[in-house]
Amino acid sequence: MATEAHSEAGSALVFHPLDQFIVKPLFGDGPVQWYTPTNVTLWMAIAVLAIVALFVLGTRGRAIIPTRVQSIAEVFYGFVYKMIEDVTGHDGVKYFPYIMTLFLFILFANYLGLFPMSFTPTSHIAVTAVLGFGVFIVVTMIGFVKNGASFLGLFWMSDAPLVLRPVIAVIEVISYFVRPVSHSIRLAGNIMAGHAVIKVFAGFAAIAAISPVSVLAIVAIYGLEVLVAFIQAYVFTILTCVYLKDALHPHH
Amino acid sequence: MELAAAAAMGKFIGAGLAAIGSGAAAIGVGNVAGNFLAGALRNPSAAGGQTATLFIGLAFAEALGIFAFLVALLLMFAV
Repeated sequence: MATEAHSEAGSALVFHPLDQFIVKPLFGDGPVQWYTPTNVTLWMAIAVLAIVALFVLGTRGRAIIPTRVQSIAEVFYGFVYKMIEDVTGHDGVKYFPYIMTLFLFILFANYLGLFPMSFTPTSHIAVTAVLGFGVFIVVTMIGFVKNGASFLGLFWMSDAPLVLRPVIAVIEVISYFVRPVSHSIRLAGNIMAGHAVIKVFAGFAAIAAISPVSVLAIVAIYGLEVLVAFIQAYVFTILTCVYLKDALHPHH
Repeated sequence: MELAAAAAMGKFIGAGLAAIGSGAAAIGVGNVAGNFLAGALRNPSAAGGQTATLFIGLAFAEALGIFAFLVALLLMFAV
């Protein structure tokens, strides 16, 4: 979508701020099929390899006094473990591997995307929608398997006045089904907006009068993006935990 | 031709109006963070346990601003 806007006349920018999100095939310029290796595939693979390097190779020694790499892996492990235990309670710990995988993949994809000339898979709604709807389906299935039909009690507020309960139930059902949409768009939107803003300021740097300001602005926004990359991974994970808590304990 | 020009103008006006939503989301995020700080300064010992709630609140407030941004982007590049 960005390419056709690029060709329109009247744009003052040298490059279009959304050009960075174009999915290109790695080899040649053929059409992108579902099996074509693209830059998205490449950077997802790099993220997975980086996680494997940190967690499999880094903790290979299993030292009692951890090495530097092992202690980094232990910090991540402890962080996610404590988050699940705090939010969902003890019975949520069973789903630790899934949530840890989500957290690490999003975190590494976000941070690797901050390298210049790289690509951020999480800036695409297609990628985050798979993660978001995956969480939605898994959590709904867990809810019905664990609680049976009483999982529907999540929508029936027993402490509300009886007259209001049907109204609240409708609102709760709608908000339940909007969850995966907002869950995925939040991540993609944040990352895409941040990267686009950096590119917009990079475009202003071509104008001599304001180039020092725009370079400073790029530095400032890059700093913000380093923060956002972590916070969005954290928010995605903690919301997964909250949804999981609702599935495990539907009665508040 | 005139219709196309009007449509292009409407696109830009709509995108600008959608961008107001970002400002509204900024108010919301400021509200969440400000109230958290006010509460945390009154009872600092309870603040540590509530950071998760803080981030969930921030995420919900921010998501609506992102929706507005998305509408602006769609108007600019997809419609």
